[in-house]
Amino acid sequence: MSQIKEITIGDVAKRSADGEEFSGETMALNIGPSHPTTHGVLRLMMELDGDVIKSARPVVGYLHRGDEKIAENMTYNQFVPYTDRLDYLAPLANNVAYAIAVEKLAQLEVPERCQAIRVLCCELARISSHLLGVGVYGMDAGAWTVFMYTFTQREKLYTLFEELTGARFTTSYTRIGGVARDIPDGWLGRVSDFCDQVLPVLDEVDKLLTRNRIFMDRTEGVGTISKEKALAYGMTGPNLRASGVDLDLRKDRPYSGYERYDFDVPIGTRGDCYDRYLIRGEEIRQSVRIVRQVIDQFPDGAYYAEDAKKIFAPQKAKILTSMEELIQNFMIVTEGPRMPEGEVYFEAENPKGALGFFIVSKGGGVPYRLKIRGPSFCNLSILDDLLPGHYLTDVTVILGSLDFVMGECDR
Amino acid sequence: MAKTKVLERKPLSLAERTYLPQIVTGLKTTLVNMLRPSVTLQYPEERPVIPENYRGVPTLVKDPNGREKCVSCQLCEFVCPPKAIRITPGEIADDADTAHVEKAPKEFDINMLRCIYCGLCEEVCPEEAIFLQDVFSVSGYSREEMINNKQKLYELGGTLPDRHRKWDKKKAAELQGAAHH
Ligand code: SF4
Ligand code: SF4
Repeated sequence: MSQIKEITIGDVAKRSADGEEFSGETMALNIGPSHPTTHGVLRLMMELDGDVIKSARPVVGYLHRGDEKIAENMTYNQFVPYTDRLDYLAPLANNVAYAIAVEKLAQLEVPERCQAIRVLCCELARISSHLLGVGVYGMDAGAWTVFMYTFTQREKLYTLFEELTGARFTTSYTRIGGVARDIPDGWLGRVSDFCDQVLPVLDEVDKLLTRNRIFMDRTEGVGTISKEKALAYGMTGPNLRASGVDLDLRKDRPYSGYERYDFDVPIGTRGDCYDRYLIRGEEIRQSVRIVRQVIDQFPDGAYYAEDAKKIFAPQKAKILTSMEELIQNFMIVTEGPRMPEGEVYFEAENPKGALGFFIVSKGGGVPYRLKIRGPSFCNLSILDDLLPGHYLTDVTVILGSLDFVMGECDR
Repeated sequence: MAKTKVLERKPLSLAERTYLPQIVTGLKTTLVNMLRPSVTLQYPEERPVIPENYRGVPTLVKDPNGREKCVSCQLCEFVCPPKAIRITPGEIADDADTAHVEKAPKEFDINMLRCIYCGLCEEVCPEEAIFLQDVFSVSGYSREEMINNKQKLYELGGTLPDRHRKWDKKKAAELQGAAHH
């Protein structure tokens, strides 16, 4: 106790000016798992030298729910609500990716109308996810207003989803072999009205951010990911395209009839945070283009595969009046849709990147093993390489630009 | 290969570098938006419009004759992914005028702490007895309060029109002595 020595501010200032005592001393800093910039429950363990990051380690798993194990204990259709909760900013796109994966296992082709509905779902989900991505990104960089405008638009989309699926957020819309219900009357018209009014809002966002010097100063040249690095870390989606790789599964391995629609794949030139912002803006515009084309050539027909009697449950009216359909309904619900033995892997171009499902089936209605490849998980793996050398304040901007979602990263 | 669109960027002009044009555009955008009608819904004073087929709280419904439609087949209990439903099946007394239906649930609990509003119960029900209706906000002071029992479920559900009236038809057939089970 007698050792206590009084230290005045003057002493400290002098010592730090001499720069001896504190140089080389680093500080450990944790951001998250509960912090507004980590968009969920990502935790970053960082070592700082002053304001500069020396090393960073992302710690994931705080949102782990064991989805893959859950899938082994239920029929294929029962798992659909769980796919909502992967990338919960684009549940419809997850529903579609999952359904297509299982249908690939069953070698089932769904009718054109069903495909068109699914493309609509995917693209609207992409618009909603990117609207939030851009808005929140602006907010992370200090441009709060942009978030208000894009969030308003996203609400409008959610109202459309609500009409289509019955829920705003947890849509659970697809079934193996089709979708839960047909589109409501006049819905397509409302979607196209939405498209008409979302473009001016995008222009507004453009005005606020794209040529904004403060925003550019904070994002240009920050968090640059080279083409090679992006590929090496298995990045996908807008983050990969921002680095100049033109990989887009909708073009390269078209599914659900994407080959019928005309759209461009935007790619960036430098792979920095600013590029990742530009890409998302442009992708919304391209998605609007696709949505318009789908609406223009919307096919008639059934919204589910009518011939897949052992996979898609019969219509309600039939179940109530006919014994055969009643039994069939009971079989499909209790045993699950009838699947062949085999293994299948399918990847879809989701708003955040390539969402993959690997299914091992031993036959029957329950998967033996279901593995999910979450794009956010791979996109985040680059953090320990990307963050060092940046300032602490850049962390917000870099995380915002990667636009990840933990529901899908941790599963 | 993919048809790509390279997003080039132009260097900032001298004016843009002063940041002044941005301030003007920013203020203009804000002003224009201030004059637009407000989009905020003043919940709970204002209520959102609930579309048809909305997936709210699951409820049990009765048919226009006041008979409970559920025959306690337990299919919904089986399909419910988070296992929110508990059913105890019960018999119907032989002398009841609904005796031709054979079964009804003795107890029917839906735990709203578990329910994820997925709508699968409604989808699989072979009797159109369970419906997700338009109640979307539930709260309670205890866990027990959050479990909707049979009585509560019927209170919430009310009566919905029956398009098929299959049990009426069955009764009519039975009365004619030509019942085929
Ligand atoms: S609600 Fe429908 S599915 Fe559930 S037990 Fe009753 S009849 Fe069967
Ligand atoms: S809505 Fe889904 S979670 Fe809720 S009781 Fe019905 S099946 Fe279960």
